[in-house]
Amino acid sequence: MNVKVLGGGCSKCETLLSNVKEAVASTGADADIEYITDFAVIGSYGIMSTPALMIDDRIVSVGRVLKSSEIEKLLR
Amino acid sequence: MWDFVQEQILGMKWLNTLIGNLLTASGLDVSGRIGGSIHFFLYDVIKIVILLCVLIFFISFIQSYFPPERTKKILGKFHGIGANITAALLGTVTPFCSCSSIPLFMGFTSAGLPLGVTFSFLISSPMVDLGSLVLLMSIFGARVAVVYVVLGLVIAVMGGTLIEKLHMEDQVEDFIRNAKQIDMPQAELTVKDRMRYAAEQAAGTLKKVFPYILAGVGIGAVIHNWIPEDFIAGFLGTGNPFGVIIATAVGIPMYADIFGCIPIAEALLAKGARLGVVLSFMMGVTTLSLPSMIMLKKAVKPRLLGMFTALCTAGIIIVGYFFNAIEHLLF
Repeated sequence: MNVKVLGGGCSKCETLLSNVKEAVASTGADADIEYITDFAVIGSYGIMSTPALMIDDRIVSVGRVLKSSEIEKLLR
Repeated sequence: MWDFVQEQILGMKWLNTLIGNLLTASGLDVSGRIGGSIHFFLYDVIKIVILLCVLIFFISFIQSYFPPERTKKILGKFHGIGANITAALLGTVTPFCSCSSIPLFMGFTSAGLPLGVTFSFLISSPMVDLGSLVLLMSIFGARVAVVYVVLGLVIAVMGGTLIEKLHMEDQVEDFIRNAKQIDMPQAELTVKDRMRYAAEQAAGTLKKVFPYILAGVGIGAVIHNWIPEDFIAGFLGTGNPFGVIIATAVGIPMYADIFGCIPIAEALLAKGARLGVVLSFMMGVTTLSLPSMIMLKKAVKPRLLGMFTALCTAGIIIVGYFFNAIEHLLF
């Protein structure tokens, strides 16, 4: 599956990215993680608050730093 | 009754007395310089941390009802100056951090909101929020807080209206102007979700701004106990007609949270700086900063960025002089 972390590179976005990596590692999910910092791309998904998380091109969270345990549930 | 709320609950005078007594009991002279500095530092750090946690929790709970997607929809229903006023008001309750400003800008623009309305929002959002209202009440009293918020909203409405009148739409980068309108389905949140969000926000904000609080209170303690009153009163008080301009110029490049600049403002005021000088310093620190301008520069061309900066600066200076002029009516 494809997991995208979207954000402008602020500290919250970095935290979400590392939580995603942690969740992918602990679930052993077969996922490519993309980190998208290009605002034109972020906005083109209709996202208005960052950080956001997309799994297989579906927006699952906006404006929140999810904990890795929450991400694990989404990955299953 | 109101005096009690302001002094004991919002101002936490009891905490001040408690810490003073504890320090005295442990053999420290709190009327001396060193003892006084320690007293101020401990009292202010604890007070601000408590206020911050409680405030951010309640504010975030309210904010969870106004995600930017909803604000965008509400704003679409208003026209003319009514839209600018609504944008400035919603700017106070929509959760916002400067790293979200560009996606938000794109969302507003693609929904067809006029540029001036977006700017009314972008000006009001960092300058006035619910937190600053309560915080200002605790330190300067209700009247100052209300006047500060009203004037902040006036700057946002006028700034946005002026940008609209100047027709600077060509000054917005193409990727924003060409963004397509997309409506995201809104998840229904339960009260439990909102509480969790609010608790996360409170914890996250405390972690982020704690260093600024320590720095702010440290500077405040130095001003409070080490810098002679004559110097501050002469430089930033009634004796210097340029106090507001100096305070604005110092405040703008600084990047700090309102929680960090309150102790500095408090100490300056106690040492005889004028109210307008102190408030323009706070507005300068919170509204404009180098990081937020660097972010905004990715979205707009230099002329509009310059206009935005000039409008905010002028507004802050005018508010400062206005507060100086009415200072005697507020205390």
